[in-house]
Amino acid sequence: MHIIVCVKQVPDTTEVRIDPETNTLDRSSAPAIINPYDSHAVEEAVRLKEQFGGKVSVISMGPFSAVEAIKKCIALGADDGYLLSDKKFAGSDTLATSYILALGIMKVCQRKPYDLIFCGKQAIDGDTAQVGPGIARRLGIPQLTYVKNISSVNPEQKEVKVHRKLDEGYEVVTAKMPCLITVEKEINQLRYSSLPDMLRAARYQPSIYGALDLNADPLMMGLKGSPTSVLKIFVPTQRGQGEILSGDGQIVVNQLINGLSSRLAQNI
Amino acid sequence: MPDKFDAIVVGAGVAGLAAAYKMAQEGLSVVVIERGDYPGAKNVMGGVLYRAMTEELIPEFWREAPLQRPVVEQRFWLMDSQSAVTTGYKTKEWAMEPYNCFTVFRSQFDQWFARKCTEAGVVIINETLVESCIMENDRVVGVRTGRPEGDLYANVVVLADGVNSMLSRQLGFHKEWEPRQVALAVMEELKLPSEVIEERFNLDPGMGATIEIYGDSTLGLVGTAFIYTNKEHISIGVGTLLSQVRQLKVRPYELLEYLKSHPMVRPLIKKGEPVEYYAHLVPEGGYKAIPKLVGNGVVVVGDAAQLVNGMHREGSNLAMISGRLAAEAIIMAYKIGSFEARDLSPYEENLRNSFVMKDLKKYKNASHLLEVNPQYLNEYIPATNMALHEMLTVDGMSKQEKQKAIIKRALSRKSLFSLGKDVYKAWKAMK
Ligand SMILES: Cc1cc2nc3c(=O)[nH]c(=O)nc-3n(C[C@H](O)[C@H](O)[C@H](O)COP(=O)(O)OP(=O)(O)OC[C@H]3O[C@@H](n4cnc5c(N)ncnc54)[C@H](O)[C@@H]3O)c2cc1C
Repeated sequence: MHIIVCVKQVPDTTEVRIDPETNTLDRSSAPAIINPYDSHAVEEAVRLKEQFGGKVSVISMGPFSAVEAIKKCIALGADDGYLLSDKKFAGSDTLATSYILALGIMKVCQRKPYDLIFCGKQAIDGDTAQVGPGIARRLGIPQLTYVKNISSVNPEQKEVKVHRKLDEGYEVVTAKMPCLITVEKEINQLRYSSLPDMLRAARYQPSIYGALDLNADPLMMGLKGSPTSVLKIFVPTQRGQGEILSGDGQIVVNQLINGLSSRLAQNI
Repeated sequence: MPDKFDAIVVGAGVAGLAAAYKMAQEGLSVVVIERGDYPGAKNVMGGVLYRAMTEELIPEFWREAPLQRPVVEQRFWLMDSQSAVTTGYKTKEWAMEPYNCFTVFRSQFDQWFARKCTEAGVVIINETLVESCIMENDRVVGVRTGRPEGDLYANVVVLADGVNSMLSRQLGFHKEWEPRQVALAVMEELKLPSEVIEERFNLDPGMGATIEIYGDSTLGLVGTAFIYTNKEHISIGVGTLLSQVRQLKVRPYELLEYLKSHPMVRPLIKKGEPVEYYAHLVPEGGYKAIPKLVGNGVVVVGDAAQLVNGMHREGSNLAMISGRLAAEAIIMAYKIGSFEARDLSPYEENLRNSFVMKDLKKYKNASHLLEVNPQYLNEYIPATNMALHEMLTVDGMSKQEKQKAIIKRALSRKSLFSLGKDVYKAWKAMK
């Protein structure tokens, strides 16, 4: 089985500060990490490889520093890593990013076609959850989003059965392979990498492909290929604390009704 | 067959990285194992980085390393509760290449240094704790990490694991440090615009200053405090012997709060927004606490070897020198193909002949002297403040009368004999 995992290097959002005056992100102090959902995607791919044999290839689009994120994936047990990096990719929105990643996947799979593609359910720096589905659409394969469990994989029948997380409960879906799966964190627990894997990761150098290597259309990538743009980033204003009524049921209900109606009256 | 390296370095602080860099440059295969998320993640320093010792490893590092400000002025304060006697030195020369020293953030500097090591061929493994040394036939042959399949072998292991040095203690090279052999330091980074820092410290753009504070800053405990300027932060910290913290039941952050609210300090740090808080131990045992440095297949460097000169806040430089000297001994041992204690002993000899040991020896009694004689901090510093106060307050009394009054007061508190004794003791400890 050949499993592809798309990963992104993101600033550790728990450490990103937003300057309240200029409304810009201060990323300088935030260390770069691998998008947490993506680590679980790699882990799941590695587990399937251990079960069915084959190979896990990791692909990332990003600056040169994203090599570190790819190395982390090698430590998690991935076999190979590819970085798609080019100045022309800068400024790509989710549409352009899915284009570039889809080209990257095709390039990496020239000799060994893919059976499964994994992505994290979303990246923590944008929370859009659009790139995975975008890749599936471009490659013309089924997409299974928000997957919290893979209950069976049948390589002969080329079939996979998963549990998709819904707002309430979950949904069991079967799909034909190849397909694309985006994962929730609860799909697995990350394992502690072995020392040999850590050593391999420390020494590993991923292949790096640019726009020319991918034969990418200049109009489909970077700012030119990105119809969306970020107008403004801001910190949501804090909501005041709610009022908590307690005591005897009848009295509380009356208080609530009185409170609501007086507020309604004020607003009118 | 598991990997085998020429050398394993435990700890990616400046000592370990210096050793690794030097060995890799000579073609040895080297792996550094660090428990933090990345090199420098856990490392704390005020921090003044010295140019000379860094340059011995990486010529003209200041052109590329992430530094904060070259230090052009060093100030010293003898502080009382409402006043301070101040002195210092500032020179244009320190503002020019090759500079004297720089303020740095260790998390940035160590990462850069680690990258230089990687470029030189060092393999760096982060997020991995070394739990023990692997022994065979009375020699260290490798390390056991906390990871699955976690044993790793090498001809020699460099213990650069910092002040606690669990590993050299396990080997019996030293006992657990006594509370008077380590200081507990706490510090904060306060964010301020660079122009504000430059204005308050009277600095040209980009230049830096340091203040070392003795006396009231530590609420009478044996220790010192410091204020250093970074690009857009002020580092402010205070350190005291652990024995004193315990004995007098002071909480470290209380010391820091006291320092920050001191009338001499407050205006300098006004409106500084605290962005980081650190607490870390500093070796203060000095010369007498230096453990065994060399064994079969193993050497100890940096803080792990207690190589800190507390009197002059020098630690990173001693760490780097010890790392480099250890590497040089290992390179020689590598050439003859034997890594027994006697083959590695040139490290210890060269360290003893360097200024590192000479300085530590010179001050071997200093911090102990202060601990058993708190009068140096608690009486003499206030007395000096008082003396200057009287001399400089113009109130109609003649200078001669003032001098007399000052001497009289000094002697009313202490006999001339005990004063003389204290001066002698201090001179002996520093000579
Ligand atoms: C508040 C403060 C201010 C200071 N100011 C100055 C200053 O201004 N100038 C100066 O020169 N010095 C200063 N020092 C001293 C200086 O920081 C140290 O002397 C120096 O960092 C020593 O370097 P090192 O490499 O020996 O140890 P460290 O920098 O402590 O590095 C040890 C490394 O080993 C790792 N490690 C430990 N155990 C293990 C293990 N079992 N397995 C894997 N990894 C492990 C740690 O994570 C760490 O990265 C200051 C210290 C403090 C606390």
